[in-house]
Amino acid sequence: MVELYILLILMIIGSVVALEVKDLLSSVVALGAVGLGLCLTFLVLKAPDVAITQLVVEILSIIILIRATLKKGLPMVATGGWAFPSVIGVGFGVVLLLVAIQCFPDLPKFGEPMLRVSQHYLDQGLKQTGATNLVTSVILDFRAFDTLGEVTVLFAAALGVLAVVRTRGRKKLEQAGAIADE
Amino acid sequence: MSKERTPGMSVIVKTVTRLTAWLIMLYGINIVLHGHVSPGGGFAGGVIIALSFIHLILAYGKEMVLKKLSEGLVEVFESTGALVFLGIALLGTTAGFFFKNFLPAGEPFHLFSAGTIPLSYIAISLKVWAGLFAIFVALVLLRIDKEQG
Repeated sequence: MVELYILLILMIIGSVVALEVKDLLSSVVALGAVGLGLCLTFLVLKAPDVAITQLVVEILSIIILIRATLKKGLPMVATGGWAFPSVIGVGFGVVLLLVAIQCFPDLPKFGEPMLRVSQHYLDQGLKQTGATNLVTSVILDFRAFDTLGEVTVLFAAALGVLAVVRTRGRKKLEQAGAIADE
Repeated sequence: MSKERTPGMSVIVKTVTRLTAWLIMLYGINIVLHGHVSPGGGFAGGVIIALSFIHLILAYGKEMVLKKLSEGLVEVFESTGALVFLGIALLGTTAGFFFKNFLPAGEPFHLFSAGTIPLSYIAISLKVWAGLFAIFVALVLLRIDKEQG
């Protein structure tokens, strides 16, 4: 599990770089490094389905972010001092660490104990659905209703984006200015 | 940008895109169709298919791609995917309950196995690539709209 901790530390460093660097494009690149680290983490944890999905969605979001930030000289907003935010951040971190020290020993170990329903999936998944990929048999047979909800979420997201940024039915800038002048 | 102000990127990028875009799309279709025997599945494969179209848009400019595949057509694809998935779920009620796997399970490790799962994956991939492609096109159009204004 050493490689898992190396990946997690790299991801933390990448997120700090993405927050602190002055150039927006460099920030997006650092964010992509964090996403690739997350993909490798899923591979280390033996979840190839999630790793593939994380990789391709990361690439898509990085393309959209780079296209959004590439040509614009968006200024960095840096107002106010640094002392107060630093104190707030360190204090929040200390509180979170104290709570975590109290809570985490009570959590069960990773992967244990196996839930009864998981054991049922492992035993009966191939027999009942015929799908060799057990993840598939869970998300499209045993838990297909959740997948329907996920598809609905994506549908609503696409509808929302198309409704907000539509070109049809929107007033031209001159017209809007004329209306504002009246 | 070249000097003649042709839309899209340079000749090198266009040639490489012409050679690779369909390979990316075939890989996405492969992942979708083998979702029930190997890792991957409808969502990941659908995103890869959307990435092949986005690849074309980035290299050739949006006019060339939207001429072949308009936004309205993409929306039709997206709605079709969602309705087919819901239809498979509703067909399950005829055999018992919602989302019942009413087709025979077949032999493991074969392409035609696992009942309705590959059909659902095809529907989901249709919906995912159309939805993500529509979102990308909408964001690109918005950016150009703001530059003109």
